[in-house]
Amino acid sequence: MSLLNNFDVAGSAMSAQSLRLNITASNMANADTIASTPEDAYRAREPVFLALLQGQRRETVGVHMAGVVQSQAPVGVRHAPGHPLADDEGNIYSSNVNIVEEMVNMMSASRSFQNNTEVLNTSKQLLQRTLRLGE
Amino acid sequence: MKLAIDQALSLHDDALRLRAQRASVLASNIANADTPNYKARDIDFSAALRRAAGGQPVAAAGAVRLARTDGAHISGGAPSGDAELLYRNPLQPSLDGNTVDPHVEHVEFSENALRYQASLKFLGDRFRGLRNAIKGE
Repeated sequence: MSLLNNFDVAGSAMSAQSLRLNITASNMANADTIASTPEDAYRAREPVFLALLQGQRRETVGVHMAGVVQSQAPVGVRHAPGHPLADDEGNIYSSNVNIVEEMVNMMSASRSFQNNTEVLNTSKQLLQRTLRLGE
Repeated sequence: MKLAIDQALSLHDDALRLRAQRASVLASNIANADTPNYKARDIDFSAALRRAAGGQPVAAAGAVRLARTDGAHISGGAPSGDAELLYRNPLQPSLDGNTVDPHVEHVEFSENALRYQASLKFLGDRFRGLRNAIKGE
């Protein structure tokens, strides 16, 4: 029954989107993190989604989390000699998180999550009605 | 009088099966709304139903078939029963190669679900009719 595949597909998408939401939360939490070297500075994490063929006939396509990559954008440098974490030159290094990007990511992830819950609900209703067929 | 159950159900069982298949294809599209390089897919429902009505293997249409030069050769080609998967023509594809338009998919999914329920109702009515005929009340 192909309607049963919908549970796998929507479920994989929901877990991928919730992971994306999680990563966004980490990024926003660490937006103001300071480090004493550019290497230690927090870099924004981004999830990589991949379409994953599922089912016997390989026609339904779930979402697979291929991995998490770090943003290559330059980290922020600030001259603050009084800061306890300042290096020899008096510089501190802030994260490269872009708050606006993260907000947009958050909204997109929550919308996609909602879409998939709706698919799940509709599929469940259809299956329940199919089970009651002929009563 | 002969009564074949398949005939009594007419096309509604085929329609129901194709609607279920389409629902899972559309669910895949909605699930992959944010996946780079994913291409939205769909099936041609009316063509598939027409083929099912004609009793032909549903996957035929544009599919490439293997030549059979011996009676022992297997038929090859796509397994019958399900409709052929096509790609949607994107109106505004994204820069990352994704061609899913979430709103279009949402509308199509809702409509498909409604039509699935309609087929279900027709099928239920057929069963009720058959049962009444058997009881003879």
